[in-house]
Amino acid sequence: MANTPLNVSSLQDRLQSLAGREGITQWDLGASRSSSASVQVDRGEAKQLKAAQRSSITVRVWNQQGLVGITSTSDLSDSGLEKALMGAHQASVFGNPDDVPGFSPLATAPQPDLHRPLQEAQGIQTLLNELLDAEQQLLGRHPAISTLPYNALNEGSSERIYLNSEGALRQAQRTQASIFLMARAEETGRKPRSGGAVRLALGSRDLDLKGCIDEAAERTISHLNYQPIDTGRYLVCFTPEAFLDLIGSFSSMFNARAVLDGVSLSKADSIGNQLAVPFFNLTDNGLHPAHVGAMPFDGEGTPTRALPLIREGCLESFLHSEATARHFGVDPTGHAGMGAKVSVGPDWFEVSRTPAMNTGADHLDHTLTTDTFVLIESLSALHAGVKASQGAFSLPFDGWLVRGGERISVEAATVAGDIRDLLRSIVHLESESVVTHEGVSPYVWVDGLAITGEA
Amino acid sequence: MQTTLSKSQPGFNDLDPGHHPWRQRLDALLTSGVSAGADLVEVFLERTDHLGVLAEQDKITSVSPSFGMGAGIRVFRAGKDGFVSTNDLSDQGLAEALQQALAMLQLSSSTLATAGGFDGLGPLRDYGSSKNNWLSSTPDIVTITQRLLEGTDCLQKRGEYLDVRRGSFARDWQEVLVAASDGTFARDIRLHQSSGLSVLAADGDHRSSIARRYGSTDRPDDLCRWDVDASAREVCDSAAKMLRADYVDGGQMPVVLANRFGGVIFHEACGHLLETTQVERGSTPFADSVGKSIAHPAVTAIDEGMSGGAFGSISMDDEGMEPQRTVLIENGILQCFLSDRAGEMRTGHARTGSGRRQNHGFAAASRMRNTYIDAGPHSIDDLISSVDHGLYCKSMGAGSVGATGQFNFSVEEGYLIKNGQLGQPVKGATLIGDAKEVMPRISMCADDLELAAGYCGSVSGSVFVTVGQPHVKVDSITVGGR
Repeated sequence: MANTPLNVSSLQDRLQSLAGREGITQWDLGASRSSSASVQVDRGEAKQLKAAQRSSITVRVWNQQGLVGITSTSDLSDSGLEKALMGAHQASVFGNPDDVPGFSPLATAPQPDLHRPLQEAQGIQTLLNELLDAEQQLLGRHPAISTLPYNALNEGSSERIYLNSEGALRQAQRTQASIFLMARAEETGRKPRSGGAVRLALGSRDLDLKGCIDEAAERTISHLNYQPIDTGRYLVCFTPEAFLDLIGSFSSMFNARAVLDGVSLSKADSIGNQLAVPFFNLTDNGLHPAHVGAMPFDGEGTPTRALPLIREGCLESFLHSEATARHFGVDPTGHAGMGAKVSVGPDWFEVSRTPAMNTGADHLDHTLTTDTFVLIESLSALHAGVKASQGAFSLPFDGWLVRGGERISVEAATVAGDIRDLLRSIVHLESESVVTHEGVSPYVWVDGLAITGEA
Repeated sequence: MQTTLSKSQPGFNDLDPGHHPWRQRLDALLTSGVSAGADLVEVFLERTDHLGVLAEQDKITSVSPSFGMGAGIRVFRAGKDGFVSTNDLSDQGLAEALQQALAMLQLSSSTLATAGGFDGLGPLRDYGSSKNNWLSSTPDIVTITQRLLEGTDCLQKRGEYLDVRRGSFARDWQEVLVAASDGTFARDIRLHQSSGLSVLAADGDHRSSIARRYGSTDRPDDLCRWDVDASAREVCDSAAKMLRADYVDGGQMPVVLANRFGGVIFHEACGHLLETTQVERGSTPFADSVGKSIAHPAVTAIDEGMSGGAFGSISMDDEGMEPQRTVLIENGILQCFLSDRAGEMRTGHARTGSGRRQNHGFAAASRMRNTYIDAGPHSIDDLISSVDHGLYCKSMGAGSVGATGQFNFSVEEGYLIKNGQLGQPVKGATLIGDAKEVMPRISMCADDLELAAGYCGSVSGSVFVTVGQPHVKVDSITVGGR
């Protein structure tokens, strides 16, 4: 299958020519291409082998009234490009005169060198053999583990381009691989339990297969001995993954687009407000070395950069596109998508503790403490149980009730609260930061969270 | 000023074999695949045209058209399959995709030369022939924007404390052509349109956000028939009631779930577990339960793809098979599973016209269509009055089911039930449970079955579905709260 990079010069020339013919003087284009191969297995056999090649472009056009229209397509032929350009021109009639995006002033600024060497693909048969081996190892870890209902090993490459009529030209390529293993275990007379793990890397050779197997096995086996939990308020410790999932679900707090749209918990004048305890810091760091999906620029061509969002508990800055940055009188931050109304989103959250600041609860350590607490390993159904505009969450979780150092897996239970209260109720951040596939965070301790169980 | 967006027109790029030599091209492709030793080769071709429009407050803030095309090629051999998707529909592009799919199964068109097993494509079953003008019959962009602004204006008139008013519209047009080496050759055109209103109400620290979406299939003029003011009243009424609602106290309690989108409980708690995809994965507790009781005798549940205009209705599935009315559970007894081509091969459950996929980038899998619990004999009052202390879930949010059959879904609008009477509004509830335990606890069904449009995300992507039920009572379930 074709896996050649997009021809940027050709794309630029074709678009320039088409735009000139139609009298369009201002335009920009975002393009992406990806190819991937993935395998799934089922009890010693290949289940599905899959490959995909995708390409798409999004064209924006500014009309003579200065309004913006947009069209996207997967058809990169001349006729597809022409149709997209004309579609965008026609759509520009309906552009919002009160919120017109422009070119990012940083679209031609130097971009960071991410130091992400492209990795060679191993090929689908190698992926299959590795996944079969991983499955066999995981099935062998405990007699109760009977299947891996969800599993996948994949590798792929992708490319992103940004061009505009003022000469900006960005192009970046990356490779990425991932493995996901979710085991299901069942003992006679007991409910089935499951646990999973994921690993990402720049290439499939670099994947930590053993670590993924170990973690999936440990997570599954550790939940076999479960009990219902009493409904009540508990001291809770979130694993780094669980806390990053939760804070990520409320990222509209830091999103300038959401602020302007009135759907954020923050207001335009919230910068400087105390959001969290003073020892809590949050940075969006799309340049973190462990962020294998990093790209050096966003959908508007703005370079990616690390951006402190909460410093010592205070709201420090918002994530911006060109349009929101112009509204707030700041620079765009490299978090934009591309659209007539440009979306804004985070890259990679990094939670950290204020240096040299004690939390007042430094005795808390999820591996050592003898206090009674609930250790929340993972949260489920964030799409359903988070009301980001209200600050509320009510989420099923997997975890343990820990008493005197002994862990008992919690049967079906939910944790509920308000993110604003939670950030102010953090009692401790453990000293060690853990790098996960979705960000960096220590274990986070929160007091007084409501947990509903079946007991 | 131009006020129309051009829509895709039939032409060289369309998938009508009457306009383009698709039969010859696909015949050649399938012959090549079968000759290489495949048990079965399937080609799914697709062309799409999408339009999304958003109104916020009293302005149109986004008009987002997109269009595309692509192919998904799936090769089966000895129960295994290789699947390749591509945007390149040229002869070379399709041939390369096929070769890649064959190679996944250690097959190559150069190593074998037996043409057996493929007798050519059968006659074209063209479900799209009567739908060729559907796209051009949909409302133009001016009408769409007017309807959405009418919606946000109605919200303004009907609501209080509204910080945000939004109206949205999405039109998804899809032309598909399916060809397989068992002779399947079928074309269809699908049209899904949805419109919705949402608000964020705020008064001091009190906040509520309510959204409603209405969807139909195969009704080009549906937007024009939308009762915008009734929708706005419903949204604003809910937002007002939930604005100052207290958070629910969690615990085990009986619940009464409203009709329409309340059907998400069956969709999540049980429906997914009756897809052969789950049998293949070993993740359904009901794999060996056909003919056995898995639910209360009050429960009869159906999945079908034929209700006129319903969001999950289809003329054919994404494997070219006509849909059926599939009775899943009758009086509590499991009757059958939803099955697709791979499911039939791997589990033995006969295909039910349920092979569905979001687009050419996904292999089809067994998926729900219009899924609902059938009406029962009771009135709503019968259900409410039977509860001493519980929760009435008037409006449901989203939900999901995990690998062990544990499901969850959020309650958007809830009310306490005390001594058989509806009480104060409450928010923040999440219902969680286990399918095997909860299905026998659905003990009463009312006589007011209604359906609601939704989207379902699973192994083959996001597909249009309908959920539904009458009001039902669950004797006991875990209500997560504060």
